[in-house]
Amino acid sequence: MMENSRRNFLKVAGAAALAVGAKPVVDAVAASAGTGHAAPEPVAIKDKEALTAKNWGMVINVGKLDHKTVEAVVAACHVTYNVPDIAFKRHEIKWIWETEFKHAFPSNPNKYLSEKLEHAPILVLCNHCENPPCVRACPTKATFKRETDGVVMMDYHRCIGCRFCMAACPFGARSFNFVDPRPHIKTLNKQYPTRMKGVVEKCTFCVERLAEGKLPACVEASEGAIAFGDLDDPESNVRKLLKEHFTIRRKEALGTEPSVYYIV
Amino acid sequence: MNDKGKIVTGLVIFIALVTFPFWYNLGKAAPVPEAKLTDKAKAAKVCVRPTAYMKAEHMQLLDVWRDTVVRDGRSVYVNENGQSFKMSLSNTCLDCHSNKKEFCDACHNYASARPYCWDCHIENPKEN
Repeated sequence: MMENSRRNFLKVAGAAALAVGAKPVVDAVAASAGTGHAAPEPVAIKDKEALTAKNWGMVINVGKLDHKTVEAVVAACHVTYNVPDIAFKRHEIKWIWETEFKHAFPSNPNKYLSEKLEHAPILVLCNHCENPPCVRACPTKATFKRETDGVVMMDYHRCIGCRFCMAACPFGARSFNFVDPRPHIKTLNKQYPTRMKGVVEKCTFCVERLAEGKLPACVEASEGAIAFGDLDDPESNVRKLLKEHFTIRRKEALGTEPSVYYIV
Repeated sequence: MNDKGKIVTGLVIFIALVTFPFWYNLGKAAPVPEAKLTDKAKAAKVCVRPTAYMKAEHMQLLDVWRDTVVRDGRSVYVNENGQSFKMSLSNTCLDCHSNKKEFCDACHNYASARPYCWDCHIENPKEN
């Protein structure tokens, strides 16, 4: 009798376990059969107006830029993106800024430079490199190169503020928020978020504007001195400019393949 | 069992002390907050998804939105009824729900949820 009752117990226990285990499967099958005509799942799509390219690039015509235009360009960018204006140099945040030729192109060390170029304001920003060292350095993939359009992006949600990317970037294009930036923003653009203390930020090639079909803010403010287009399309405006003019890029020898070209 | 009296007295005191917070706060529970809708939200009647879904899953929805917009560059959300929305916390959600204090904060405070959205995203695009 002892053996028989154990056998029966195991049988019943096994059957019960099977029934409990099978219930979700049966439910799922029943549910999927029942929702055959249900509404379609929501989807996320691109804006129809969006400007698209395989590899966004920029051509800056240095000869067409004077100090006044450069200031307007920098202001347009920094107002659009709530970039704080912090006087203390070591906490400074910049997305696009003016510098001198010798600082922008330290690897073109001509002893005697044309006077015009020596004092010309050079606009510098993130180069959105084809081979971005910042992306390799980022431990959380908070900064990444978008496969679809070649823009080097920042996901502030993921940034842990380690600043490896800043050490890796040879162009100084990245800034760290050492302090809460909000009190330092003069005119707040309420359509765009600010950043918080402890994240790295930089130029985004205006991906939000491109997604709405608008050109980057700096291009619009530059009065024709900055061209923006698809570097992978031989017929694009930027490629035409590159065919017609002699151009240089910043620190080309490092092999990062910057997407920002300068007509000098 | 010579100490029966002492043990029982001790037990009664112990149980009274342990359960003190429960009976002291009896009937004083904070009322469940009711999320107040703005006139614009009332007029729209439905959110991007059905209300029940939004109540339970808005955090997952926003999490998916932020990844889709930032990482994939897809910024338009088409819901099950075919309506399109720009995927933006400040510009879409807070456009209708422009009363963050009464709408978002009321429930978040009650549930002791402290989302850090507002460290960066502008709280109130219209009224600030």
